[in-house]
Amino acid sequence: MNTSSTEDRGKRYLNPYFGGFLLGLVLLATMFVTGRGLGASGAVKSTVVEAVNTVSPKHVEKSKYYSQFVSDDIHPMSNWLVFEVIGVLAGAFVSGALAGRLKFKIEHSPKITSRTRLVMALLGGLMFGLGSQFGRGCTSGAALSGMASLATSGFIAMMAIFGSAYMFAYFFRKFWI
Amino acid sequence: MIGPLIPQGTIGSEWSNVSGLILGMGFGYVLESSGFSSSRKLAGVFYGYDFVVLKVFFTAAITAMVGLLYFSYLGWVDFSMIYINPTFVTSAIVGGVIMGLGFIMGGFCPGTSFCGAAIGKIDAMIFSLGMFVGIFLFSEAFPLFEKIYYGGPMGNSLVNEVLGMSKGVFALILIVVAVGAFMVATLVEKRVKKVDY
Repeated sequence: MNTSSTEDRGKRYLNPYFGGFLLGLVLLATMFVTGRGLGASGAVKSTVVEAVNTVSPKHVEKSKYYSQFVSDDIHPMSNWLVFEVIGVLAGAFVSGALAGRLKFKIEHSPKITSRTRLVMALLGGLMFGLGSQFGRGCTSGAALSGMASLATSGFIAMMAIFGSAYMFAYFFRKFWI
Repeated sequence: MIGPLIPQGTIGSEWSNVSGLILGMGFGYVLESSGFSSSRKLAGVFYGYDFVVLKVFFTAAITAMVGLLYFSYLGWVDFSMIYINPTFVTSAIVGGVIMGLGFIMGGFCPGTSFCGAAIGKIDAMIFSLGMFVGIFLFSEAFPLFEKIYYGGPMGNSLVNEVLGMSKGVFALILIVVAVGAFMVATLVEKRVKKVDY
């Protein structure tokens, strides 16, 4: 029983090395076209900056952080990540639709309730968002794209993210296994 | 040299956003079909029952890195025009540690949470929402974090230069490390009790 379900799972998803190779090609194409890598948290940052700027432009002007991202000579790539993330949503939707994985659900370990899972997801997202600003990017923008372009920051980010998650894994084990 | 296409002006910058949509679709499609829309699959790498994250992530980084080095060697792309994310050692470490904590708590990273959200995972949508809150809090509290944020500046540092070797030698070493990691991961996966998800 157990083996057959593992096999099914294997069939449902791409072979991880093949998936990684394809992802590498997408990243390479991105660097070849735009001169930059892929990203994710940057689009959220752009959205937050834009939202705050709409509500209170004065506040953005005064803030040392927001003001870095709003200037007269806006970089042509400044909104690139927002379009890229819209693409990510569409691409993932297509893949999920083709594989029959479209379904509203809360995925969690049987040992915890849906409510606990959602609270942890919210807190996890909050931490990841906060950390991504210190890291100048997340797993995609800082770690993956950074490593591909040989940026020192990419390797530090990768080691710090995964090292820290392994370090904390013991304390959060009941949420997953 | 023709690449990188948009910074070199080989194709006009009006294609920028279109390229974002198309490349993003490729990104999302590959992540989802590799299983990155499932938090329990992603978390497997931290408990040894599923190393898909390690395998996909490392293979992708190496494929793109080696591809970029070849493109540069063949003269198709000007490496000096590729954006190198600046290194601020203190900030990168602090940020990485906070992100790692977020990863183990939430089971996603930003890109994968978008993939989960796109196929209907409500936990992924909530994670994404949390990111907006986190980034907003950081931005508002920035004066408190400013010293850390600019801590340990090294400029647009390249890892092979820090280690005093050529790009090619570094890439070769990284490939050897990755293959070793894949072998260890496969062994661990066989020994660890399967988790059904």
